[in-house]
Amino acid sequence: MMTLKELASREDLFAAGHMLCPGCSIPVILKLVLRATQYPLVTSNATGCLEKGTAHFPRSSWKLNWIHTAVGNAPASMSGITAMYRSLKKQGRLPVQKELKFLVIGGDRATYDSGFQSLSGALARREDFVYLCYDNQMCADTGGQSSSATPIGASTTTTPAGDVLPGKLLSRKNISAVIASHNVPYVAQSAPWIWKDLYRKAEKAFEVFGPAYLNVLSPCPNKWKIPASKTIEVAKLAADTCVWPIYEIKDGTDVTVNYKPKQKLPVTQWLKSQARFKHLLTQENKWIVNKIQEEVDKEWDLLLSLEYKNQNKMRDN
Amino acid sequence: MTMRVMKVMDGNSATAEAVRQVNPDVVVVQPITPATPIVEKISSFVANGQMDTEIVDVESGQSAISGCIGASAAGGRVFTASASQGLVSMHEILYITASLRLPIVAGVANRALSAPENLYADHSDAMAERNCGWLQFFCENPQEAYDNLIQAYKVAEHMEVRTPVMVSMDGFLTSHSQENLYIEETGEVNEFVGKFNPVFSLLDSEHPVTVGSNAASDYYFEHKVNQLQGMLEARKVIKEVGREFGDRFGRYYGYFEAYKMEDADRAVVLMGSAAGTAKETVDQLRTQGEKVGLLKLRVFRPFPYQELKETLSHLNSIAILDRSFNPGTPGGPLCNEIKAALYDARQKPLVFPYIYGLGGRDIGVNDIAGIFKEIKEKSEKDEIIFEIKYIGLRD
Repeated sequence: MMTLKELASREDLFAAGHMLCPGCSIPVILKLVLRATQYPLVTSNATGCLEKGTAHFPRSSWKLNWIHTAVGNAPASMSGITAMYRSLKKQGRLPVQKELKFLVIGGDRATYDSGFQSLSGALARREDFVYLCYDNQMCADTGGQSSSATPIGASTTTTPAGDVLPGKLLSRKNISAVIASHNVPYVAQSAPWIWKDLYRKAEKAFEVFGPAYLNVLSPCPNKWKIPASKTIEVAKLAADTCVWPIYEIKDGTDVTVNYKPKQKLPVTQWLKSQARFKHLLTQENKWIVNKIQEEVDKEWDLLLSLEYKNQNKMRDN
Repeated sequence: MTMRVMKVMDGNSATAEAVRQVNPDVVVVQPITPATPIVEKISSFVANGQMDTEIVDVESGQSAISGCIGASAAGGRVFTASASQGLVSMHEILYITASLRLPIVAGVANRALSAPENLYADHSDAMAERNCGWLQFFCENPQEAYDNLIQAYKVAEHMEVRTPVMVSMDGFLTSHSQENLYIEETGEVNEFVGKFNPVFSLLDSEHPVTVGSNAASDYYFEHKVNQLQGMLEARKVIKEVGREFGDRFGRYYGYFEAYKMEDADRAVVLMGSAAGTAKETVDQLRTQGEKVGLLKLRVFRPFPYQELKETLSHLNSIAILDRSFNPGTPGGPLCNEIKAALYDARQKPLVFPYIYGLGGRDIGVNDIAGIFKEIKEKSEKDEIIFEIKYIGLRD
C-alpha cells in the first residue's frame, strides 16, 4: 500500500488555482483518483461544479486530455473516444503508441438523473472506463436544488423547508445498487475521509477490464451549510452513522463492507452536523428522522447480510 | 479512365455505399425511420469484413451525436445517420459539435416532426437544426445522396472549414426509392477525399488538450464569431470541391442547380426530391411556350444569398416552395431567407410563398403547373400575396 508521502510525490495532473469553493471535497477526491493509475488518462467530464471550476476559458486545471460538452452525455461521449482508440490502435494510427486509461466524471445530477440513460447505455456496452461520481447530494453547481441523490428531509432551494413542508419528501435513489445490477465488474462507494480505501478502490477500478463505478460522497460546505474546515469530519460522520456505507460490489453481487463503525451512531448525529437538516430536529418532524433511521438501518442490514452470503460463498468454493 | 459502375440503389443504400468507400474510423449507429437502413447496411458491411470501422451502438439520438463528438475529438473520421425525432433529440449537442469545429458528417433522411407522429418526408427536422452551425446539403435523388456524402467529407475536413456537414435526402421518396446511379471506384473516392488530418487528439497523451471549456461574457462572443469563420470559408471550399468532383467524376456541383433559367421570367424554388417533378413540369410548360424555370437549392447552410440574388433578381415572379412547418412567420425558412437575400436588389421579382408536402403529402406535375399559372396571373395583376398558400391541403 502506498503511503501518503509516496502518493504526494506523484505528479499532480490537477493544477493548483482552480475555482472550486474553499473546503470543497471534489479536489480531494480527484487528486487521489488521478494518482491511482500510472497510465495516461483521457477524461470526459459532465457539466457541473468540477467542470465550471476547472475549465473557465482561458484557464484550465487539467494537465491531461479532457473534454466536456453537456450534462447528460459524458458516458456516450467517452464511448466515442474509446471506439476511436480501438479503431486507431488496430490501424496503427495512434498519435502516441501508449496504453491509455479512460475516466468519466459527473456529479450526482449528471449521474443519477440527466446522464443516467447515457451511463446505463455505456455500461451495457461494457465500455472499459472508470466512472467517478462525486456525490454532493444536490445540484450544487446551479445553486443547491434537489436531485434524486438528495436525501429525504434535506432542505434545498427546490425542496425548501417551510411552514408546511419539511424539505424533500422523497428518499434518495440507491445508485450504487442500480449500477451493480448492470453486472459490471466493479462498483464501490467511498468517501474522502478514508483516503486509503478511496485510493485502493480507484486503483482497482482502473485495473479491471470493463466498466467500473465509484460513488464518492462529496460534502459541499457551501450548500450543506457546514464550515469549510469540516468537510472530512462530516464525511466520516456519514460512515459512522451508516448513512454513507463504505463498501464494494464485484461482478454485480459480491459485496464487501469495507468500514464498520465500532459504534454505530444515531442518524441525528449526522443530521445535526448540517444546517440543511436543522428543521428536522423538532418534535413535529420526528417522523422524518425516524424514517431516515429506518432506511439507514435497512440498507446497512442488507449490506451486512449480502456480505455474509458472499463470505459463505467464498468459503464454500 | 475511371472504372465506375452503374447500379440500382435507393438513397439509403447509396449513402451507406459512400460511407463504406470512405471507411470512417468510427460510425455511431442508432435506428430511426427512415434512415435506419443506412446504419443497418454499414453494420452488415462491418459484419462481413467489407469495412473495418468501429461501430458504437447507442441508445438514443443524443448519445449518437455525443459519441460522434468523443470519436471526432479523439482524432479520426466519423459518421452517423439520423432523421426526425432522432435528429431533433440531438439538438443541444449539434450546436456543441459545430462550436468545437469537429468535422463530423451525418446522413439525414428528412422526415416530419411529431405530433401527430408521422414517418414520411418533410424538411422540418433539418430546418429545426438550420441555425446549429452545421453545413447543410440537400439531395434530389440517390445519385446526389452518394455524391454529396463524398463531397461532405472533403468540405468538412478542409483545414479552413472544420465544420460538421449534414447531408439530407427526402425520407422514403429518396431514401427508399431505387434509381440508377453511378458508383465510383473506391480507390478514386479515397484519393478524392484524402487522408484525415486531426488538428488535435484526445488520445495524444504528449499534448494534452482541454476541449469544451466554459467562457463567460469576456470570451464567449469571440468564440462564436471565430466559429463562424469555418462557415464563411465553406462558401469558397464547397464550390472548389464541387468543381473538383466534376473534373474527376463528371458530375459538377454548385450551391444550386438552375434548370432552364437562362431566359425564364418565372421560376419555382425548392429543395429535395420534388425537383424531379418540377423539372418535368418545366419541360411540359416549355413545350407550350411558357418561359419557366426551376432553381433547386443544394446548399442551405451556408445560405448562398449573394448568388441567389444574382440568379433570381431579374425574374418577374418566383414561387418558393417550402417543405417544412414554420409557424408564425410569412413563409417557410427557404422563402424567408430568399426574401432577405432579395431585399437589397435594385430589381426584384414578386415572391409567392407556398408550403407543400408536409408529412409526406404528394406533390405532382399538376400542382406545380398550377403554381406557375397562379403566379403568372397574380403578377400580371401586380397582386402581391403575403399569405402562405398550402398545396394539396384538404379543405
